[in-house]
Amino acid sequence: MQELLQQVVSGIAQGAIFASLALALVLIYNAMGLVNFAQGEMAMVATFIAFTLISRGVDYWIALPVTLVIAFAGGIAIQRIVIHPVERAPLLTLVIITLGLATLLNGLAGALFGYVPRSFPSPFSVQTVDILGAFVSYRDLGVIAVSGAVLLAIYLLLQRTTVGLTLRAAAHHPEASRLLGVHVSWMLALGWGLASAVGAVSGIMVAPIILLEPNMMQTIIIYAFAAAVLGGIESPLGAVIGGLIVGVTVNLAGAYLPFVGGDLQLAVALAIIIGVLVLKPNGLFGRPTVRRV
Amino acid sequence: MLQRLRTTPPRYGLVAVAVLFFIGLPTVIDSFQAGEWAQALILAIAIMGLNILVGYSGQLSLGHGAFMALGAYTSAILAHRYKMDYLVTIPIAGLLTGVVGFLFGVPALRLSALYLALATFALAVVAPSLIKRPAELTGGVQGISLPPPIPPQFAKDAFTGLTGVPMTSDQWVYYVTLAFALLLFWLAWNLVRHRSGRAMRAIRDGEVAAAASGVNIAGYKTLAFGISALYAGIAGSLFGLGTSFVSPDTFPVSLSIQLLVGAVIGGLASIPGPLIGGIFAYFLPIESNQWVPTQTWIPSQIASTVVKAGPAVSYGAVLILIMIFAPNGIVGLITTGYTRLRRRLRGAADREAGQMPPDAQTIS
Repeated sequence: MQELLQQVVSGIAQGAIFASLALALVLIYNAMGLVNFAQGEMAMVATFIAFTLISRGVDYWIALPVTLVIAFAGGIAIQRIVIHPVERAPLLTLVIITLGLATLLNGLAGALFGYVPRSFPSPFSVQTVDILGAFVSYRDLGVIAVSGAVLLAIYLLLQRTTVGLTLRAAAHHPEASRLLGVHVSWMLALGWGLASAVGAVSGIMVAPIILLEPNMMQTIIIYAFAAAVLGGIESPLGAVIGGLIVGVTVNLAGAYLPFVGGDLQLAVALAIIIGVLVLKPNGLFGRPTVRRV
Repeated sequence: MLQRLRTTPPRYGLVAVAVLFFIGLPTVIDSFQAGEWAQALILAIAIMGLNILVGYSGQLSLGHGAFMALGAYTSAILAHRYKMDYLVTIPIAGLLTGVVGFLFGVPALRLSALYLALATFALAVVAPSLIKRPAELTGGVQGISLPPPIPPQFAKDAFTGLTGVPMTSDQWVYYVTLAFALLLFWLAWNLVRHRSGRAMRAIRDGEVAAAASGVNIAGYKTLAFGISALYAGIAGSLFGLGTSFVSPDTFPVSLSIQLLVGAVIGGLASIPGPLIGGIFAYFLPIESNQWVPTQTWIPSQIASTVVKAGPAVSYGAVLILIMIFAPNGIVGLITTGYTRLRRRLRGAADREAGQMPPDAQTIS
């Protein structure tokens, strides 16, 4: 029982990381109906920026917000330079471009920083604290707290501010928003910036656990895909809940199903993706869509 | 991206020149280079499979590396454990992969293009760890080593008669690959010109309109998936023949990206496209890595970074640039360039003959 509780808590901590990245995917999906295959690699690059800052002696709690601002600006820059010219292109074109972006960022990071895994500092100790009989590490609690704070901030931004309202309006009714004077294209850029910053949080949170290297997000992005699909890819709340469910499921499967073990946890995510898409394509919180011919 | 280029009549002369070029190639390059060209042709076969799926039927798969892995392992296991002749296993591997692809196409029917891309990408990422698991069958992390293929006597005699040097196993692999490539490209050409090809293109360009015209959407979509996987399976099997070795890490997710790069560079929805794409996808990173350090105008620091970055940077940049500036790939560029040139030349000839080129008003 105690072990089960421990597994669930560390599953929630992992799930919080997946949730951040899944939320980033949802933000871009809502803005332009596109799954950004480069989201993980963008987060990885941001994590390398944080690493560079910290290793130059910048305090962790200063490096974190600075990195998020850089990631935000980088997201906007990427949208302006790479995505803007093809905004109206078919979906297939956009998907291939985000894949190209992922490959490019991965290769550049490999060239600049090398493929040797580096340990990334965490401000939270790995010592454990006894909660209801389960030993939970401060690091897991810290990850949950930071991710929770970021998710809350995004929620407040989207639901309680004028910028958030404009952003949602531009995503849902681009034509009407344009008539009302909203600069829709720049709102898309803003969406990319936000997604990039939220994704960066997941990279910075996961790096202390799985070591920093250019390929580190390749598996995390699959979990985030599973989370976003499970939650319904257009629902921010769904992404968060989906992330937590995926985190806990994968952790429990790894611990209790002998044939899954450590190395087939990723296959569990694949099974979740395919299962959800086949059985309930709109996910838990997505609205069923009706397509007009 | 999939805007229709005017279908040009087949140019049999060009095809004959290309076939003769590829048959004669190993007699002028060395054995190692023949091995490289065999790899490029193998990529071309897999890319043709992807092209049938993406270019002609409009479904995006990012997991064709996984289908290649399935084909390679089928052949390797049959040859290694059951001591079958490797050449016999190639069609078996193709058929098995085709059936699996067909079955995969059934749930894929319910997915939108985006979800399909997502699911196949996940498949490509997971494939290496799925292969490692049944370690008794697949050799686990170590993979399976195979003896290098030995050219049969008739091929040896013919090759020695032509060039005067004995045939190496790389050259034999090249010719086996070329034979499969010719057969599969010919089949693809026939497929897209006839009923099924037209049906697939109709589905790509407008699913509802195609259904209204009586096209069996589900049937043709899964068929495209099956055929596409068959091509990938044969390519994978040939890959195992060429390298004499298969392991989970020979089929990383970047292989699927490489196939997509090739399909996009060459030009989607075209028959010569995958051939050009395969050659580019294989030689682009190799050649650019050799070319960049020799250029003095590129600062040495940037040059060494480019070399260290490996193929990923050039692949990524090429994907983005082609999709933005030339969505129909190299074949698209050639076709539009050729049409423009011809129009201009014809205009010049008409003017010399004292006639104005026809315009809208004179034709009325």
